[in-house]
Parts: sequence; C-alpha cells; structure tokens
Amino acid sequence: MDLDQKSTRTLNYFVPQMVTISKSGILQLSVLVLFILGGFYALYIQIVDGHIVTGMRDNVVWGLYIANFIFFIGISYAGALISGILHLLRVEWRHPIIRIAEIITIISTIIGPAYILLCMGRLDRLHHLALYGRIQSPIIWDVLAISTYLIGSIIFLYLATIRDLAALRDYPFKSKWRHTLYKFFAVNFNGNSKQNRYLERGLDIMSAIIIPLAVLVHSVLAWIFGMTLRPGWHSTIFAPYFVVAAVFSGTGVLIIALWVFRKYYHLESYITKIHFNYLGIILMILGALYAYFTFSEYLTSWYGSETWEMEVLYKLFDPNGYWWWFFFAAIVGVVVPILVILIPQFRSINSITAVSVIAVFALWVKRYLIIIPTLETPLLPLQDMRPEYIHYTPTAIEWLLTFAGVAMFCFLFFLFSKFLPIVSVVKGEEGTNYAELRKTVMQRIIKRT
Amino acid sequence: MENKEKKQSRRKFFFKTATAALGTIGAVGIVTQSCKEPVEEGETVSLLSPDGTLVEVDKANISMAKMPAQVKEARAGIPNKKFVMVIDLARCRNARKCVTNCQKMHDLEPGDEWIKVFLMQDSNDTAPYWFPKPCFHCNQPPCVKVCPVGATYKRTDGLVLVDNERCIGCKFCMTACPYSSRVFQWKDPVHESQADHDYSPETSVPHQVGTVGKCDFCPDMARMGKLPTCVTGCPNGVIFFGDKNEDIVTNGTESFRFSELVYERAGYHFMAELGTEPNVYYLPPVDRLFDYETGFKTLTSEQKEFYEKSIVKKH
Repeated sequence: MDLDQKSTRTLNYFVPQMVTISKSGILQLSVLVLFILGGFYALYIQIVDGHIVTGMRDNVVWGLYIANFIFFIGISYAGALISGILHLLRVEWRHPIIRIAEIITIISTIIGPAYILLCMGRLDRLHHLALYGRIQSPIIWDVLAISTYLIGSIIFLYLATIRDLAALRDYPFKSKWRHTLYKFFAVNFNGNSKQNRYLERGLDIMSAIIIPLAVLVHSVLAWIFGMTLRPGWHSTIFAPYFVVAAVFSGTGVLIIALWVFRKYYHLESYITKIHFNYLGIILMILGALYAYFTFSEYLTSWYGSETWEMEVLYKLFDPNGYWWWFFFAAIVGVVVPILVILIPQFRSINSITAVSVIAVFALWVKRYLIIIPTLETPLLPLQDMRPEYIHYTPTAIEWLLTFAGVAMFCFLFFLFSKFLPIVSVVKGEEGTNYAELRKTVMQRIIKRT
Repeated sequence: MENKEKKQSRRKFFFKTATAALGTIGAVGIVTQSCKEPVEEGETVSLLSPDGTLVEVDKANISMAKMPAQVKEARAGIPNKKFVMVIDLARCRNARKCVTNCQKMHDLEPGDEWIKVFLMQDSNDTAPYWFPKPCFHCNQPPCVKVCPVGATYKRTDGLVLVDNERCIGCKFCMTACPYSSRVFQWKDPVHESQADHDYSPETSVPHQVGTVGKCDFCPDMARMGKLPTCVTGCPNGVIFFGDKNEDIVTNGTESFRFSELVYERAGYHFMAELGTEPNVYYLPPVDRLFDYETGFKTLTSEQKEFYEKSIVKKH
C-alpha cells in the first residue's frame, strides 16, 4: 500500500515502540501482572469458600462488583459515543484520539461483565442462561445488549484499523509472525478507491449503529435497578441518567488515557492541547448535564418525601452516613471539572487531566452510592442482630478483585499498544471525498446548462 | 326491635360456632389420619438396607418410602388447590416458635429466618405490635418476573418456589422482592437431619451453596395432609393456613371460613400498594391477647434494646 509522507513518518515513529520494551516497562508490566494474579487468588478463595468471603449479605446482595460493573460499562462509552459521533460529524481533530477511545470501549466492555460473573453465586451454571433464559428478565436484556455492543465495537475498531494493518503488513518487520498476523488481518487491503469507498461506507454504518447501541446498553443496565420496587432505584429518570453519567466518565477516562500515552510514548506532536481543550469542553457540557439529572432526581424524591425515599436520602445526607462520599460524588466531582474547564485561565493539559481524574473517581463513588445505600434500606425494618447484615463493608477479596480489574484494563491497553500504533497512522480520505463528489456533481450541472 | 337484633346476633353466633366446630372436626380428622398408630402383625420380612446388611422388619411397619415430589410435579403444583395464609396479629406475642420450627425443618443456620418476626409501629401514637412475616407467595411476584433462568416460579396452587438446581445465584430476585423474604446460601450448607433427602423444590433441602432459599409454605407437608410447621408450632394459633378453593383456613385447633374471616376481621394485605397481590392476609392487631412487651420476655436485654432502637424511625 502506498503511504504518503506523513503516514510513513508516523509509522516509522511507532514501530520501534511496538517491538521493543524498556526495562521500566517490564517493571511496570510485572506490577500489573502481580495485581492480576492477586485477583485470581481472590477469585480462587471466593470459589472455594463461597460468597461468605465477600462483604455481601442478605440485604446488600450486590456490592463492589456491581459498582465496578456499571463503572466499566460506563467508561466504554468513550469509544462508542465519542468516536462514533466525531466520525459521523467528520471532525478533523479526532484522528489522533479515536483509536485510544475505541480500545477503551472494547477493553472495558470485556472487563465490566466479568464483574457480573464474580457476583454470581453459581458460576458453574452459567450455561443455564442459554438453556433456560427468559426474555422477561432484564438480566437477559443485559446479556443480549452487551454482547451485541461488544461485537459491534470490535467490528468498528477493526474497520477503523484496516488501513493501519495494511501499512504494517507492508512494513519490513524482522519477526515473521508479525508479518503473518498483519497479513491475515489486513485482508488484502491495498487502498484502491473501491476498497476505500466500501470501507468508508462500512465505517459510517457502524458508527451509526454503535451510537444507539451504546445508549441501549446503558439504559438496559439502568433498568436492572429501575425495574425493582426499591427506594432510590425505582425511578423513570434512571436510564437517561445512567447514559449521561456513562458518557461523562467515559470522556474523563479518555482524557486520562490520552495524557498517559502522550507522556509514555512521547506523542506531544500528535496529541496536542487542542485535543485536551475540545475534550475538556465536551466533559464540561456532560458534567453540567449530569449535574442537572442529579439535581432533578434528588429534588423530586426529597420534595415528594415518600417515607422510603426519605430514608435513603437521610443516609446520603447524614454526616455519619454517606454524606462526605455523596458530597464528593455529586458536588465536588461535577463542580470542580466544570469550573476549571469553564475559566480559560485554568485550562491546561495537566489541569484538564486532573479534573478528569476527579470526575472519574467521583463517578465510581456515585455508582457505589447508587447501589449500597438503597440495598441497606429495605422496605421492612432492618431487625437483624448481625451487624454485617445491616451495614455493608467490602472485604479484602472484593478490593483485590477490583484492583485486578483496573490492572487488567491497563495490561490489555499495553498489549494493544504492542500490536497496533496507539494513534491511527493512515488517514482516510472521507474529507476530500465529499468535496470531490460535490465538485463533480457541480461540473455535471454546469455542463448540462 | 331489640329482640330482633338479639335474635339475629344469636343466629349469627350459632352459625359461627357451627362452622368453627365443623372446621375443627375436619382439621382434627386430617391430623389423626396422618398419624395412625402402627399395629404389630407378628410377620416379618427380610429387607436389604442401604448399607448392604439384611434386616428383618415387621410387616406392619413397612410403608412406602417418602419420595419428595419430582421436579416436574414440583413445578406444576398440587391440583385444585389455592393455598392461602391468614396471620392474626392480635394473637402474636413473639414466642418465635414459628421461626425456630421453620429453621429446624429446613436446616437453617441460626440467623437465617424464612419466617421473620418484626416489631412494627405504624405511627408514634399507635401501639407497637409483633409482625410474623413469611414469604407472601404473591400472585404478581416481582421475584419471578426478574429471574433470568426461571429458577423461581409460580405454580397453579399459588406457591412461589425456588429450584435450587437451576438457580444461578445472581440475587436479582433478592433485590426485586420488596418484602425481604429471600435468604442466600453464602457458604457450604451444614447438612443435618435432612441430608439424606433427595432435593426437591418442595422440601427446599438440602441447601446448595450460592443459591437462594425462602419460605415455601411447606408443600411437602400439604401433600401429606399436614399443616406447615410454623402453623403447628405456634402456641397461640396466630397463623392460619388453608385452601382458598375450599374456603377454609385452620391453625390446627380452630378453623374458619377464609372469606368470612378476612371479611369480618378486616383482613388486609401488607403494602398492598406495591401491586404484588400477596396470598398472605393479616388481621389487624385489635383487641390483643397480649401486650407487645410480653414479646420481650423471650429476648435477651441486648436483643430488647436492639428492637426498641430499630422500631421507631427517628426522622
């Protein structure tokens, strides 16, 4: 495949990083592997001893695992919505960030559902979902939606990577297996106009499909909670609320990932302040939207003052209860990012990344606060003498598996960056395509007249 | 005028006592039939015991082995029945015999209760009362709706049961149940008396780790013509169990027409506004037999303090 000068330069820049690994890189990798092994150890204990090793009990039957599940599915929005929308709008600055966004999507869509499996009492009966599945259950909706979403995201990423795979196939790598691998995945792409046209059309279709699919996935997820008769859950606002929270956290993770790769692979010339600024503004708008939903949700239940709703609210606003967490998740995590990005003097690459970190943490805490206080507030009085049945405290096993998930996320990201350039190398020609199309059409019209 | 009223009430009284008496005879009949004394016949038969030894047994003592209902039967339900429970809150004094009997029958750990007794108070101005709460076996069960594999299901006789052999342990039913009726098996169960039983959703034992259990209205007892163990265990006859189709409920010693009982004593559904249509009816705690404080007698001072603290909501 013929490459233009700029693409060749990019490729030459990335290939050495893909085939070599520094000493500090090995050290970082082994730390990640250590965390992942810790997770496997925790999983082993949980399987052998049963779920008694977790902090979950009969009232709080879902704990950290489900909070992590929502969190990871939430950040998967980065790729789906951001790259999908930016692609359809033909936004020029998307090229250096779109690959990272899509990889975030796929990795988190793999890790997220793993937490559901951890929360299941009988992992050995997973096949019962296929044998006895009932479409009436929101869990089945979730299984169908997430698997469709994952497949769709993989296709989307693959289509967006074919050009790079073809370029890599033609690159003189020393190792033969790399050559075979890229040759297999490049499926004889050589960049002629026909292939390009089909590829562009495929990308357009996929990004149009992936956007509603992503909205659906998080709505279904919200409905798992919204469909139950529980205070704090049984709310019609839940699906859009979850969707907005998800895009908010997804954008935050995308900014953090950009910052890390920019530092790690020295991509200062590819990922610039413009990207951080634009993504920061998107983050700010989403933050405002999320704040609006939060306010609306809690104002409605407070003003209505139903007994059960009030019990959850009192827990959230009780300084001895969840107040400080709630304060961080619903107020600090939203106001600080909005203020910092709103005022141009505060806006810098580092400050935008810092507020993204705050926002992402706040959103994780918010997921925790959605699940635990509600489950700690059943409709009947909690008259149980066993304190662990009244108040949920996550155990070391649950924390180990949580950290293992985060480590797995970084580890898979690292693996991806060894097989593919983290920034897309070969640009499509969709921008010129449309201009040329318009030109030819105009010429025809002129000829006729 | 006065006379007429008297006559009417006398007639009413007669009918009431007559139905109660008839019901009692019926209930006693059920109980006596099921516990006939075996008669010694003198003839013996040789039988092979499960551990391989040959034993001699008197012919009269031989009966068919108790087989729990097969899964197919247990999913369908007992034909022509519609089980219903009525709980008379005026009689409860927190003796907790329903709880302990149930735990014994179903091999439950000390803290795990399929029937719970709550101390409730509707408002600060009204008196607290004890509130026994089994599974309500709702006609619109939220737990059945959300189960992804149909492990918990509704039967024709009104019961909501759990098939522990199908349950995947997602615990969605536990979050969906608004009445906290479900109990998870968090660790490997300790098998005791029932360990040699084959599992059936009707007996609910032996338990299996990582699955959900709950009150099953003892359908295995119903098949033998017996009452659930919480009903027979209660010293105050708080819990009435029966069949809606036959329109009769009994606590073992007294029987009532179900429709008349709930009609005349203002029977109600707990949290009817949730739309779950429970099959458990409550009779309000009026004209109580016991002061609620008698219920503290069976408790330790620590438990008592705990109950008193948790009862009144301090907002």
